[in-house]
Amino acid sequence: MKLTQLSVFLENKKGRLYQVCALLGKSKINIRALTVAESEDFGILRLVVDKPEVAADALKKAGFVANFTEIVAVEVGDHPGGLSSVLEALDKKDINVEYMYGFVEKASGNALMVFRFDDPDKAIAVLKEKNIRVVGKKDLGDL
Amino acid sequence: MAVSYWDKEIETINRNELKKLQLKRVRTVVGWALKTQFYKSRLKKAGVNSPDDIRTFDDIRKIPYTTKDDLRECYPNGLLAVPMEDVVRVHTSSGTTGTPTVIYHTKKDLDHWTEMVARSIVCTGATKKDVFQNMMSYGMFTGGLGLHYGAERVGMTVIPMGGGNTKRQLQLMKDFGSTVLHITPSYLLHVHSKLEEFGISSKDLKLRKAYLGAEPYSENTRKKAEALFGIDAYNSYGLSEMNGPGVAFECVHKCGMHVWEDNYLLEIIDPLTGELLADGKEGEIVLSNLTRQATPLLRYRTRDIAFVHKGGCDCKRTHRRLSRITGRTDDMLIINGVNVYPSQIEEVIMRIPQVGTNYQIYLEKEGTLDRLIVKVEIYSKMFRGDLSEIDALKARIIDDLRASIIIHPVVELHEPGSLPVFEGKAKRVVDNRVKL
Repeated sequence: MKLTQLSVFLENKKGRLYQVCALLGKSKINIRALTVAESEDFGILRLVVDKPEVAADALKKAGFVANFTEIVAVEVGDHPGGLSSVLEALDKKDINVEYMYGFVEKASGNALMVFRFDDPDKAIAVLKEKNIRVVGKKDLGDL
Repeated sequence: MAVSYWDKEIETINRNELKKLQLKRVRTVVGWALKTQFYKSRLKKAGVNSPDDIRTFDDIRKIPYTTKDDLRECYPNGLLAVPMEDVVRVHTSSGTTGTPTVIYHTKKDLDHWTEMVARSIVCTGATKKDVFQNMMSYGMFTGGLGLHYGAERVGMTVIPMGGGNTKRQLQLMKDFGSTVLHITPSYLLHVHSKLEEFGISSKDLKLRKAYLGAEPYSENTRKKAEALFGIDAYNSYGLSEMNGPGVAFECVHKCGMHVWEDNYLLEIIDPLTGELLADGKEGEIVLSNLTRQATPLLRYRTRDIAFVHKGGCDCKRTHRRLSRITGRTDDMLIINGVNVYPSQIEEVIMRIPQVGTNYQIYLEKEGTLDRLIVKVEIYSKMFRGDLSEIDALKARIIDDLRASIIIHPVVELHEPGSLPVFEGKAKRVVDNRVKL
């Protein structure tokens, strides 16, 4: 199951990240995972939140440039070789990982990772075949 | 100080004789001009139907001014006065809105231009014994080819290197003992800052003179360049509409640029009223080319601001001396010697769909060179969330700008609404360059 990630364009300007987080806090939105991809003069903040539509509305109203991106959250065994076994399965089926980052919390002793795939549907099928758990929207609320 | 001439008779001509010659030549140019689509109607409207309508020097004032916009509207051949087969060279410049301007030259026209440049070179005390390294761009930019042919006519040893590639420039200077450079002042200072890096001492070089042009600079910059290299630096003035370099040049006394008035009719006017100003008064330079047949240009408003020095020069040349260019009547920017209009930049960035509505142009000094920074707001609806996409956008803006204005800019992307918003006339250009 695919999840929605919020991508926010941010200038490299002091206090800008704080402003996003403050706004989300005020809008009662909980951040589950977060990473920043940075370039020289700007960055892209990637967020997985409990209520992406509400978050996007609030951000856009405040003048932020934000958009949705489809991602897949995957349970990865929290032990040596855990991640590599997931990647191996994907690699064998020629699925490309554009980027990935970790969740703040764990699910049932496993690590949770966010993946951006070039072909998310195919990736999910491969993962299911290998009995690797993909986290759904509902699970997100329960975390 | 020893003074040498290329053509002593004409350079020291009595002012009355000079005026007579100018009048004669204006009449000839009017005859050529009447053969062009543009001047045919323009001059007739002003009551000039034939050269005979210009009988006295004052009659020249009947001729209306020609502007850069006129030139644009004439593109490509509204100002062509000869059959195309007689044209041997074309120089175009890019326009602000994509409409370029063009100047055609016959063989004879080029010959006149080359003469003016040769005269300019000799006027600075250079001779055929000098090794001339031309560090201005060749091609459509008239600075390169203009000086090149003039230097060859003088008989100098010419190194046609063109701009850029400092390491190679220095190697050439060293290996061939270059004595005279043609270069922008900012590049000259930059070259000095690289000497150490390339392991060259200014003692290894035989430089004597530098011809500085293509961008405004101050007396202090000249002094700095002269002290750093132990050379004499001469100010020069030219513009592609008047062929290019060789309109005015400093002599060995370095006290203003002699305008070669047998070839160029010089007037200084009030840019607002169009009224003629006396020597010593600052105003817009208006020039007529007195010898060019293929593209006659009469009373052309250059938009450069300067004044004419009063009094004669110790070199005994009778051609009046022009001050440094102190400004422009329009918003043209000169960035590392290249003329750029802010509207050219706007043209380029606004046709890119991912660009928002606001932008700003910053000019900074980086060492001695100019740096152009274009700040652009992105268009939020086009944002897909990918970093690579944003990087590609940045690369595209840089490429498109470089293709249009030759200069390699720094592009900064900003969030919508983050650049200052202006009510009324926007202040799009912030020039932080400290005047050299």
